[in-house]
Amino acid sequence: MKIQVKVNGTAHTSEVEPRLLLVHYLREVLNLTGTHVGCDTSQCGACTIMVNGQSAKACTMLAVQADGAEILTIEGLAKDGKLHPIQEGFWEKHGLQCGFCTPGMIMTAYQFLQRHPKPTEGEIRHALEGNLCRCTGYHNIVRAIQYAAEKMAH
Amino acid sequence: MAQAKLFGSSIKRREDPRMITGRGVYTDDVKLPGQAHAVFVRSPHAHARVKRVDLAAARRVPGVITAFSGKDLADGGVNPLPCGWLLPDLKIPEYRAIATSTAHFVGHAVAVVIGDSAYAAKDGADQVVVDYELLPSVTDGEKAVKPGAPQLHANVPGNVAFRWSIGDKDQTDAAIKGAARVVRQRLVNQRLIPNAMEPRASMASYNAATGELTAWITSQNPHVHRLLMAAFVLGMPEHKMRVIAPDVGGGFGSKIFVYPEEVAVSWASKTLGRPVKWTAERRESFLTDAHGRDHVTEAEMAVDKDGKIVALRVHTNANLGAYLSTFAPLIPTFLYGTMLSGVYRIPNIYCEVVGSLTNTTPVDAYRGAGRPEATYLLERMVDLAAKAMGVDVAEFRRRNFIAASSFPYQTPVAFQYDSGNYGPALDKALQHLDYKKLRAEQETARQAGRYLGIGFATYIEACGPAPSQVAGALGAQAGLWESAHVRVHPTGKITVFTGSHSHGQGHETTFAQLAADELQVPFEDVEIVHGDTAQVPFGMGTYGSRSTAVGGAAIHLSIEKIKEKAKKIAAHLLEASEADIDYAEGKFAVKGSPARHKAWGEITLMAYLAHNLPKGLEPGLEATSFWDPSNFVFPFGTQIAVVEVNPDTGKATLLRYVAVDDVGRVINPMIVDGMVHGGIAQGAAQALWEYAAYDDGGQLVTGSLMDYAIPKADDLPSYETDRTVTPSPVNPMGVKGAGETGTIASTAAVANAVIDALSPFGISHIDLPLTPARIWAAVQAAKKK
Repeated sequence: MKIQVKVNGTAHTSEVEPRLLLVHYLREVLNLTGTHVGCDTSQCGACTIMVNGQSAKACTMLAVQADGAEILTIEGLAKDGKLHPIQEGFWEKHGLQCGFCTPGMIMTAYQFLQRHPKPTEGEIRHALEGNLCRCTGYHNIVRAIQYAAEKMAH
Repeated sequence: MAQAKLFGSSIKRREDPRMITGRGVYTDDVKLPGQAHAVFVRSPHAHARVKRVDLAAARRVPGVITAFSGKDLADGGVNPLPCGWLLPDLKIPEYRAIATSTAHFVGHAVAVVIGDSAYAAKDGADQVVVDYELLPSVTDGEKAVKPGAPQLHANVPGNVAFRWSIGDKDQTDAAIKGAARVVRQRLVNQRLIPNAMEPRASMASYNAATGELTAWITSQNPHVHRLLMAAFVLGMPEHKMRVIAPDVGGGFGSKIFVYPEEVAVSWASKTLGRPVKWTAERRESFLTDAHGRDHVTEAEMAVDKDGKIVALRVHTNANLGAYLSTFAPLIPTFLYGTMLSGVYRIPNIYCEVVGSLTNTTPVDAYRGAGRPEATYLLERMVDLAAKAMGVDVAEFRRRNFIAASSFPYQTPVAFQYDSGNYGPALDKALQHLDYKKLRAEQETARQAGRYLGIGFATYIEACGPAPSQVAGALGAQAGLWESAHVRVHPTGKITVFTGSHSHGQGHETTFAQLAADELQVPFEDVEIVHGDTAQVPFGMGTYGSRSTAVGGAAIHLSIEKIKEKAKKIAAHLLEASEADIDYAEGKFAVKGSPARHKAWGEITLMAYLAHNLPKGLEPGLEATSFWDPSNFVFPFGTQIAVVEVNPDTGKATLLRYVAVDDVGRVINPMIVDGMVHGGIAQGAAQALWEYAAYDDGGQLVTGSLMDYAIPKADDLPSYETDRTVTPSPVNPMGVKGAGETGTIASTAAVANAVIDALSPFGISHIDLPLTPARIWAAVQAAKKK
């Protein structure tokens, strides 16, 4: 099937198998390997991206369902070589260790902070329930998102 | 070139820019032209004879290139996977990458299908027909070693891989007999599944023209992978194999070992003449990543009338799974029995361990590896003993600490602790907590029907494995030193090649801090290279919190050699004697006449221009070192958990967590704190949530992230961390290990806190994990009494 998608501002037209998962389309066809696959049951959130302004787990969507969609992945977050405040927060506050869950964490935080610009720690922790991290114990991920919220408010 | 000292600074990680922009390169991100994909067909049965594997239909599936059975691999010269740690009289079952005659656990590979895409290979895997003859199975370690249990392997009678003991049995028996008080407890240290967020993967590419095999593997120790795979399994020349461990998404031990899949894709690539890639799905991670823990223990602790521990006697059944994974025999023996003295002066200890084989996934090192099992046992027993003696748990611990004046301290179970000072860490942690006030609050809350609990773990850890001679005497098939090569380029820039491997630990930052500091050059001028056998000298890799203590020391040694040679060149150019040259702030200057100096860059350039070197000195400026430590290093500390338990729902909530660790001198406090945080979360998860559960038929019922409870952000609090600093005398930097302290202590601290909360109900023990169901059942049972 033929699909047209706009990913990080670039339009793509591709012929795909109907069963191809969106995450595999991004990784294998478009070579955007920043979106990771950490599980097969939509629990880990490593594949979180933005689809038409809504955060989505790319392993739970077929590529054909994204036909006509506008997609933002981790690769598209920094603008003109400048990190997004959430990326900056993860760097400043040591919000990552192995880095595998990080793209999904950042993309989840991206939508969360749009909706909750002044979050409490409890709200941040609740918002991350669809994203698993095995390295940080979440402590510094929370700090990273607090940093970003603060920075984005100014 | 003057600069602030980097050692001790929380410098932001240089790994991060690529990872926060999605430009890290993990194994599954590696792509090669013409790559094929492997999908494994796995036994759905815990124990079954594989009577027939029919690959014909699979091979006809569009997009499938071919398929292989276990027999194909064996006929193709693939040898069984080796066990790298030999105990006396160890029984080693033959561990084939793909089963040839019998499947011994659910998930055991019985065939592999190679396709143009992973999707096509999966279609093919669906068409593989396997005839199984079901056999009786056993998944419980204690049941497996009983007479009449189903037998797994003909050469492992009674399913006992080994019997091992340490300590003096007679003296311990006598001390227990004569003691004022003895507490006894059966303890289950449940099986865990590591679940690094990046699933295991490997990509192999064989070049028939050169005879070289390149394998990208999610590995914590690429050289160990290369050695074991080339020399033992694939039978190919070691120098013709290159293993690359690129960005690796967490290991926690599970990526140390040689696994069937990387062997199979390497062989398949050679056989097919094209690159072959395999990436685990999470369900495969659950079934095939080496599991951790799984001990059942009978423990007895004897105390004298003054509340001093006089003896500890331990019998443990360690369930090793269906085969011996690479380092399986080491974990429940020399990393467990040797740790049973903890931070306490215990004159008599005896521990015996039965290593049992069962129809389950093989068990090996998982974060902490033996040391969390020992710490949980000891800290639970200490709580029970304190309670029996009517002594406060903190005071009981302090009373039994090894005195600061006793180091080096020889335990009755082999280890000699290099250094330690346990009181200050406990004091600091109690201060953070405001212990007295909190005990009063606990009492008030109880009156109001709220159940708070305070739980301690005063722990020790042995890390930085280890002196090679000691390791050899204990059964290691390898010495456990580490390598470093430091290359100074003509312009003065530096590349450090380390045998350690970072999979989240931040070596690219920490090691650069260390090297830049010691060479007095800017941080930006030092690059760290790791994870590629074609670039780095043979290294042992990263596990057991060894990288800085062992790998860092190797870097230090190489830098010493570099400085020595640079000084010779400087002395020659300055026409001074070598003894009169000082190196400070990036300048070699003549003592007493600082105007006579040469900059670092002038010397490094001359090392390569080489037209004015001291007579007999070789050009170039690089050095290789292999550091073999004289002992383990022994971090310690006090960690305290505060929980609230709702007896009506059984839910335990972690309210506070205080960790005061002593990991010696710290290069990057931010990175160390981060590792402590993660360790606490993993250990707390064992206490409260995680459990690999097999049903009686050998099915892993917690085989997905829907069923296996990895903690989420809102299950955990923020952590309160602090440190004391007792430098280790074992290495030149005074550092110890920091990667596992949290995991080692927190399971015990959290478990003790929950039991403390439930003490008004007369509950003295519940086995892990302390899930709402278990707590609720224990409260109900206690109420009926």
